[in-house]
Amino acid sequence: MSERPPALESLRAASVDALALEERAARLASRSIKRESKRAGLELTVACMDLTTLEGADTPGKVEAMCQRALHPDPEDPAIGAVAAVCVYPDLVGVAARALAGTPVKVASVAGAFPSGRSHREHRLAEIRQAVADGADEIDIVIDRGAFLAGRLTEVHDDVAAAKDACGDAHLKTILEVGELGSYDNIRLASMVAMAAGSDVIKTSTGKLSLSATPAIALCMAEAIRDHLDQTGAEVGLKLAGGVRTAKQALGYLSIIAETLGTAWLTPERFRFGASSLLNDVVLQLRFGASGRYARLDNLPVD
Amino acid sequence: MSHNEETPRKSGSNPAERFADYVPSIESRDIVSIRSRNGLLIDGAWVDAADGRTFTTVEPATGEALAEIALGGTEDVDRAVAAARHAYDSVWRDMPGAERARYLFRLARLLQDRAREFAVLETIDGGKPIRESRDIDIPLAAAHLFHHAGWADKLDLAVPGMRAAPLGVIGQITPWNFPLLMVAWKIAPALACGNTVVLKPAETTSLTTLLLGELTREAEFPPGVLNIVTGAGDTGAALAAHGGIDKVAFTGSTEVGKSIRRAVAGTPVRLTLELGGKGAHIVCDDAAMDQAIEGVVDGIFFNQGHVCCAGSRLLVQEGIADAFVDRLRDRIGRLRVGDPLDKNTDVGAINSAEQLARIVEHVEGARQEGCEVYQPPCALPERGWFHAPTIVTGVGGSERIAREEVFGPVLTVQTFRTEREAVDRANATRYGLSAGIWTEKGSRILWFANHLRAGVVWANTFNKFDPASPFGGVRESGFGREGGRQGLQEYLTLAPVR
Repeated sequence: MSERPPALESLRAASVDALALEERAARLASRSIKRESKRAGLELTVACMDLTTLEGADTPGKVEAMCQRALHPDPEDPAIGAVAAVCVYPDLVGVAARALAGTPVKVASVAGAFPSGRSHREHRLAEIRQAVADGADEIDIVIDRGAFLAGRLTEVHDDVAAAKDACGDAHLKTILEVGELGSYDNIRLASMVAMAAGSDVIKTSTGKLSLSATPAIALCMAEAIRDHLDQTGAEVGLKLAGGVRTAKQALGYLSIIAETLGTAWLTPERFRFGASSLLNDVVLQLRFGASGRYARLDNLPVD
Repeated sequence: MSHNEETPRKSGSNPAERFADYVPSIESRDIVSIRSRNGLLIDGAWVDAADGRTFTTVEPATGEALAEIALGGTEDVDRAVAAARHAYDSVWRDMPGAERARYLFRLARLLQDRAREFAVLETIDGGKPIRESRDIDIPLAAAHLFHHAGWADKLDLAVPGMRAAPLGVIGQITPWNFPLLMVAWKIAPALACGNTVVLKPAETTSLTTLLLGELTREAEFPPGVLNIVTGAGDTGAALAAHGGIDKVAFTGSTEVGKSIRRAVAGTPVRLTLELGGKGAHIVCDDAAMDQAIEGVVDGIFFNQGHVCCAGSRLLVQEGIADAFVDRLRDRIGRLRVGDPLDKNTDVGAINSAEQLARIVEHVEGARQEGCEVYQPPCALPERGWFHAPTIVTGVGGSERIAREEVFGPVLTVQTFRTEREAVDRANATRYGLSAGIWTEKGSRILWFANHLRAGVVWANTFNKFDPASPFGGVRESGFGREGGRQGLQEYLTLAPVR
C-alpha cells in the first residue's frame, strides 16, 4: 500500500479560478489543426483510445465484435494501428482477454461497484481481484464521492490505496466522477488525493452522467498532474471519458495536454480517451484526409 | 509577392510532436483587396491631398510596402473641418436621435458582415495575430458601434435632470495598436451624441480606418459627418491646433498628449487624453497559480505588448516568487511567435521598425543597468519585425525599464512582502491607467482596488473591455473616459432641465 502523505488537508490550499480556467481551456481547444498535424492527432486519438462498451445488454458476442474493431479500427486501412485498450464490465473480462490474447490491446475493466462505487470495501476489492485474475490489465474504479464531499479525504485516499493494492500488477485508473464534485477546486483536490493514493491514471467520469469531460476539466486535471509531478516526481496519466464524440473535440483535448503536460504525455501509457462513438468520427476524418472525400457513416462498423 | 512562406519547423517522427508542431494554418489574404493609392475622406468623397503628397504603409510581418496613402496637410485639415462644420450645422446636430442611430446601426452591421475582411486587413497592416483581430478587435469595434447607436435617442436619460446637447466638430486622433477598435471607441459616442468628426488615424495603420470610411459611404452617411485625414504627426498637430474644432480626443503617447494639451491651452477646445501606462500586475501568495500565470501572460504579451493598459510590471509576493517566475518562464517558452496570419500564432509582429528599435533599446538598457533578461529559445521569422517575449528580473524599481513604458512584449518582475508594499510599488509611477490583482481573498481585492491609483483595476482577470464600462486613466495616463455613460458625457454639453 502506498504511504499516506503527512497532510492531505494541505492539498486544499491550492485553488482554481473558474472563469480564467475556462477561458484558457477554450482557447487551447480552438487551436487550428491542419494537414500533417491533424493526421498525427487523429492517429494519436486512435492509439490512445479505450474502446468502451458498458451496457446492461452487453453480451460475449458484442464484446468479441468490439475486440475485432479494437484490433482493426479502420477495416479498410490496415495502416491504422490498434487502439490502446477495450473497456468492459468485470464479467466480460474473460471474453475480452481471450479475444485479445497475444495482441498489444489491453483489457480494461470497470470494477468496484461501477458506476456508483457504493458497496462494501471487501466486495469492491474482491471484484477488482477477480477481474485481474480473469485477465484485466487495467482497472477503472470510482472514488467515494460521498466521503469526499463530506470532507473525509483520508477515507477517499485509503480506499483508492486499497484498490491499488488489490490491482497487483494491473494499472489503476481512478475515476473522480467530476460531474458530482461541484467545483474545479474539488476536481483539483480529488485529483491530488487520487494521485497521492497511488493511482496510475486519473479519469474524469464514468460516462453515466450528463456532465463529464470538458476542456476546462481536462485542463484542471492536467495541471494537477503536472503539479504532482513537480512535487513528487511521479508520472500519472489522464483519461478523459464521457462526452468526447467528435474528432474535432479530441484534437482540442490533445492541444490542452500537449501545451500543459508536454508531448511526452501524448502516449497510450499516459493519456487515454474513453469512448465508443468517437472512433467512427476519427476514422471518417482520417479517410477524408487521405482521399479528400467523406466516407458514408453507414459504411463503417457499428462497434 | 510570396507571402505566407512557411517557416520550417522540426518535424519529428513521433506523432505527438508532429501533432503539437501545428503546421501553419494561414488565414487567406484573398478576402482583402488593398488599393494601391488611398485618398482622404472629405465631405463624403475620396480626394487626394491638396499638395498631392503621399506616404507608404508597410506590412510589419514582411517589411514590404502595402499601399500609398494621402498625406494630409493643413489645407486638407481645413477642408475636412469645414465639411464637418457644415454637416453639423445642416444635418447631423438637428437630426432626431433615432435617425442618427439608424446610420450607426447600419455601420455596425456592415462591419459585422465584413468582419473577416477587416480582421485580415488589420492583421496585415498592423502585425497583430489574426486570432486577436478576429476574436477581439473587430467584434469589439462592432459592439461599440451597436452600444452607442442605442444611446443616440436616449441622451437626455444619460444624466438624470440634465438636458444633453452635442459639442460640435470633434478632432480625433487614434493610435496604431488597436487601429479600428480605437476608431470605433472614438467615433461611436461622438457621432451618436450628434457631433461630427475629423479623424486622423495612426500613420502606420490607416487601412482599416479607410475601409470603415468606405462603409460609411455604403451606409449613406450624410457627407461630412465622418471625415478621415490620413497622415503623420504634423497632420495630427494641425488638426489638434485647428481653430474650428470644439474638442480634441487623443489616444497615444504621453509625450504627444502633452504637446496637444499645450496646443489647446487657453482655448475653449475641450480635451480628452488616453495616454501611456505602466500597469502593475499584483499576484498574491493565495492566487490561483495557473490562472494568474495566464493572466500575467495575457496582460503583457497580448498584442505584442502594444497595449497602453498592459500589465508590464509584475509584482509577486515573495513566498511564491521563485516558483511563479519559474513557471512563467516555462509558459512563455510555449508562446508561438511568428506569422500574424497563422491562426495559431500567439505573438505577432512588432508594428514598425522604429518601435522594434525602441523595445530593443529598452531591453539593452535593462541589461546595462544590471537586470537579468530572459527570453525563451524561439526562432523569430527572418524578415519583418519581431521580438521574443521577454522577462526582466533583478529589477529594483528605479531602473528605466521599470519606470518607462516599453510598449512591447517585455515584463519586469519585482517582489513584495506585504499588501502595503505592493500598493506603494504599484503606485510609484507617473502613470495610472490599469492594474491587476490576483488573490482568492475578496477583502484583499477590495482593499487593493481602493488603494491603487489607476483608472481601471482588474481582479482575477486582465484586459477585459466592454462598451458599457468606462475606460481611462489618471495622472500622466490622461483624463476623460471612453465607454459607458461617463464616456458619453465627454461628447455632450449638459444643462439643467428647467
